[in-house]
Amino acid sequence: MVITKEDVLKVIDKIVEVIRENKEYLTELDSAIGDADHGINMDRGFEAVKQKLATIPENSDIGTILKTVGMTLVSTVGGASGPLYGTAFMRAGQAVQGKTELTEEDVVKIFEAALQGIKDRGKAQAGDKTMIDSIEPAYKALKESLENNIALPEALKRAVNAAKEGMEYTKNISARKGRASYLGERSIGHIDPGATSSYLMIKALADVINLL
Amino acid sequence: MKKLINNPESVVKEMIEGLLAAHPNYLRKLENINVIVRKDAPVEGKVGLVSGGGSGHEPAHAGYVGYGMLDAACPGEVFTSPTPDQMYEAIKAVNSGKGVLLIIKNYTGDVMNFEMAREMAQAEGIEVDQVIVNDDVAVENSTWTQGRRGIAGTVFVHKIAGAKAQEGASLKEVKRVAEKVIANVRSMGMALTPCTVPAAGKPSFTLQEDEMEIGIGIHGEPGTHREKIKHVDEIVEHLMDKIINDLPYKSGDEVAVMINGMGGTPLMELYIANRKVAEILKEKDIKVYKTYVGEFMTSLEMSGFSITLLKLDEELKALLDAKADTPAFKQL
Ligand SMILES: Nc1ncnc2c1ncn2[C@@H]1O[C@H](COP(=O)(O)OP(=O)(O)O)[C@@H](O)[C@H]1O
Ligand SMILES: [Mg+2]
Repeated sequence: MVITKEDVLKVIDKIVEVIRENKEYLTELDSAIGDADHGINMDRGFEAVKQKLATIPENSDIGTILKTVGMTLVSTVGGASGPLYGTAFMRAGQAVQGKTELTEEDVVKIFEAALQGIKDRGKAQAGDKTMIDSIEPAYKALKESLENNIALPEALKRAVNAAKEGMEYTKNISARKGRASYLGERSIGHIDPGATSSYLMIKALADVINLL
Repeated sequence: MKKLINNPESVVKEMIEGLLAAHPNYLRKLENINVIVRKDAPVEGKVGLVSGGGSGHEPAHAGYVGYGMLDAACPGEVFTSPTPDQMYEAIKAVNSGKGVLLIIKNYTGDVMNFEMAREMAQAEGIEVDQVIVNDDVAVENSTWTQGRRGIAGTVFVHKIAGAKAQEGASLKEVKRVAEKVIANVRSMGMALTPCTVPAAGKPSFTLQEDEMEIGIGIHGEPGTHREKIKHVDEIVEHLMDKIINDLPYKSGDEVAVMINGMGGTPLMELYIANRKVAEILKEKDIKVYKTYVGEFMTSLEMSGFSITLLKLDEELKALLDAKADTPAFKQL
């Protein structure tokens, strides 16, 4: 299966849409264990991404598109999620620099680079109650599925399920990174907003690819 | 939501416009980006001091831009860390060649955004260093977490590092006194009511009429616990107990005190709180060198307050007394 540049743009459009739809929900999750801004931050960032991509040169490759998304997020989101998602998209762009089409392997590379970027920037690990708790299981499920010759749409569905489980698991643990860590044990019982936005983005990707 | 605003999306922009209109002799804004700098920036022969954070904490930080304190402040969206490009432009605008010190409150977002800005500036050959303020004793300081938050004690860092920089000291020296303040400053706060981020439209938490939140953060983050409201003397006793035992502040020490209103607390109540603070310090034979009562680091319309103690030595006293002239802090 090949994913074209147009498909990538469709995925980004879908992410913009899903973040917009969940703006209030993400903010609500953040008011329980943070400072009530995650949905607002993400929506401001992806709205800027939409504007920015409308002006990007026609012949831009997928790497450039992803890097543009990352740089736009860094300069508009703020908070913790700005540098984290910004770094994730910039690293993802580097991983597929110059490409106008993506293979299954490239999709794995994108996940790998994004996850590593978030870890390098935020120094968190799985189990700290952050976005990593949905991205890392999704990456692992995707990689394993593709290694077992499962087709990309199905592999992505498994990744979404893994992300969902990871997101739900954040409800049971206490935060060790980010603003929610100030609450310690009191953060238990609440789903992490960043893990939720990550899940939503991974789901947007899978939904678009599934329709191709 | 009941607020004196025009549009939740434009509160930061319009606040900055009003701030600049009020203080044209002190401040100017960089073009096309939310960075407030000293009117005369960059000041020749002086280390540049840059701070920043979410908006909603006014007068922090833009109100502290001026002679003897900050050279630039980067206001983010309400309660949201500013972005690296703001900080990067601020660094460039205040660098006179002597280097720049970033004063960062310890929040994941602030630390990461400033770190990216620092990398960008260093890549351009600008000397940039940073200090991270973490004065809030309410939250556990564990290596497993992000560590303590930075709250009102940050204003003392601005004042003292600012005075040192104003003397023409090197970046290393300015950083040293900033770290000395951080090592000796402790704070803790509480809230009677929550606050509402304009873009969110509703309070980030709720408190019953007879409840208060102890150990509240300045972004409406929940604190250590919630309990029935008590007399202010009892509340002060609890906060002071946590603060004093933390450093600890001992008999014979000399301190500066800051009683900080969170945005919706009458000055009258802050003075009543200070009365008890002064009494406790006297009992413990801790000498009050100077007391500041007012709004220094607010949390929108939250009602509540924080107490900050800074242990002083001769060097810190002299720097605290040095001249400062900014919109929100004047020492003549
Ligand atoms: N060190 C970190 N590593 C990975 N993710 C993190 C880290 N710190 C915070 N996060 C994520 O960021 C989310 C909060 O984002 P946001 O509310 O936009 O920023 P802020 O916490 O600065 O207000 C959290 O829910 C968490 O998933
Ligand atoms: Mg938040």
